[in-house]
Amino acid sequence: MTRLSSTAVAPRLSIRDRIRRGNERPVWMEKPKPTTQVVKAVALIVICFLAIYPLFAVLATSLSSQAEIAANNGLVVFPKAPTLDAYRTIFSGGVVTDALVRSLLITVIGTTLSIAVTVAMAYGLTRRDLVGGKFFLMLALFTMLFSPGIIPSFLMVKEMGLMNSYAALVLPTLMSAFNLVVVRSFFMNMPQELFEAAKIDGAGDFRILIQMVLPLSKGVIAVVGLFYGVGYWNAFFNAMLYMDSDKWPLSMILRQYVLLGQPMGDAVAEIAVPSQAIQMAVVVVSLIPVVIVFPFLQKFFTKGVLTGAIKG
Amino acid sequence: MSISSQTLAPPKEERTPAGNKRVRASKRKGKPAPEYRQVSFMARLRRDKVMLALVLPGVAYFVLFHYVPLAGNIIAFLDYKPYLGFVDSVWVGFDNFSAMFSDAAFWGALRNTLVITGLQLVLFFPVPIALSLLLNSIMSKRIRKFVQSVVYLPHFIGWVIIVAVFSEILGATGIVPHLLDSAGLPRFDAMTTPEFFPFLVTIQSIWKDAGWGTIIFLAALMNVDQELYEAAAVDGAGPWQRMKNITIPGIMPIIILLLILNLGSILSVGFEQIVLQRDNVGPGAGEVLDTYVYFHGIQDGQWGTAAAVGLVKGIIGLFLVLGSNKLAHMFGQEGIYSSDKTK
Repeated sequence: MTRLSSTAVAPRLSIRDRIRRGNERPVWMEKPKPTTQVVKAVALIVICFLAIYPLFAVLATSLSSQAEIAANNGLVVFPKAPTLDAYRTIFSGGVVTDALVRSLLITVIGTTLSIAVTVAMAYGLTRRDLVGGKFFLMLALFTMLFSPGIIPSFLMVKEMGLMNSYAALVLPTLMSAFNLVVVRSFFMNMPQELFEAAKIDGAGDFRILIQMVLPLSKGVIAVVGLFYGVGYWNAFFNAMLYMDSDKWPLSMILRQYVLLGQPMGDAVAEIAVPSQAIQMAVVVVSLIPVVIVFPFLQKFFTKGVLTGAIKG
Repeated sequence: MSISSQTLAPPKEERTPAGNKRVRASKRKGKPAPEYRQVSFMARLRRDKVMLALVLPGVAYFVLFHYVPLAGNIIAFLDYKPYLGFVDSVWVGFDNFSAMFSDAAFWGALRNTLVITGLQLVLFFPVPIALSLLLNSIMSKRIRKFVQSVVYLPHFIGWVIIVAVFSEILGATGIVPHLLDSAGLPRFDAMTTPEFFPFLVTIQSIWKDAGWGTIIFLAALMNVDQELYEAAAVDGAGPWQRMKNITIPGIMPIIILLLILNLGSILSVGFEQIVLQRDNVGPGAGEVLDTYVYFHGIQDGQWGTAAAVGLVKGIIGLFLVLGSNKLAHMFGQEGIYSSDKTK
């Protein structure tokens, strides 16, 4: 790298230098053989292809016309005449649009509540000699080791009178002990002197949380929020257990009309079994939020925001 | 078979908090006991009322949705009828358990569960290790970060979408049957062939979580002492020798740890994944313990037997997790100890 500092003076770098600049090969390491490099490059390309192609295939089918799908025996690798007909159909009102709105609302409200409860509890538990603090922490941690079981959980929701209410989609999965531990260890690793100083200046615990801790915790909140948000967005089983079909989120619509191939109501009534393009369009619509949000948040994973979670 | 959530923390970062603690501990040694120890119970209660109020909603959640339902397992000992409720249903002792053991469907579900988790252990487990070794050997930061992002993404895609995507690829009209056709091989529908089901489930799990699983191994790889490589290279060790003698021993403790933790969750298969696809292949191949509980209990109303299966699974699962954690602890320490010896 030091050798490159001289070239950095020159405004233009050769392509070779630019490639080398991204490299971090230590001095002692031999240059890999060309065959090794080729094998590695092929492996990486194959891996990326395997990860991406299925999603691309779904997108391609959703953009194809029914005629093109039929002509190609169901398989369209690259639509020759891409059309948004499938999307127009599903967005022309009715089942999918409603479910999409419901899913977005459940996800936004659920994630907000989950973050609030998790951050609050994690912050409270940072006080070393909090009355019952150890007990509360263990109470949360033990839930990582067992689950009450499907039937008791189901009966609990039923007994609480939550059947067919949206609370049944949020409350049972409101918090995860793992996320609690991640947030708490992040808080514990903050410089405590800062907060002690604020306390001497007369700030209360709540004010310290809002004005000092939260602004410093954007990364960890983003990561935990992503975990919660993805959980709410993808969840279908609670909806399957607790909700009538007129309150289904998008994931259940997907299961019903794409996986089980049952006819869609309302808007697409004229098509008994949804055409392949429409089915795949629903898949793409449910993929979009994840694909949009992920790139903004993925950098936090490599930055190690999950710091010290193992310590509990 | 996802990696146990407790182990997700990158070991690289562990150093810092541990180091901090040591500093704090040594500071504490010199001084008298810190002031907060002397605060009385009532004074702490008064001082921390805000903190306690903040903790309360979370505690209420865990109690209501994790501890109170535990008591609901009592229906494993009842002839539970929803219209009678807990109180009026007849107590039948262990009848539900003997019904469970004489039910062929239960044994089938147990066998399917073990086949799937066993297969995942063999086929899934090595993939993240190999992938992280490959990623670790990529010198270009940009390429490495890109590939990492690409392989992390499927982890965040829900099972409903994944099953839909796989039907599109492997199903009758997908690209794989088309390729089989053009290669002159017999086509088969991977989504609905019972014999293929364990493999299908494993392939899906690999697609979804193998990339995500590399996080922990990459962290372990970064933790390997880089000077060892330099010393070995100076002594004339080639890339393969360095991998064999430094890299692999360096991450062995974490491999053993995860292997043991995975053994601890051998009764748990991804429930959502299976429940979506069980009917494609029929209960003979597609029923696992969790789906047995769901279909026999909530769907068919055999509440008692299903709850008994759930309870047995839960208890054995708890002991497996506790036991494997203990085992991992023992092995983990020994593993770290033996890697220290190579230094």
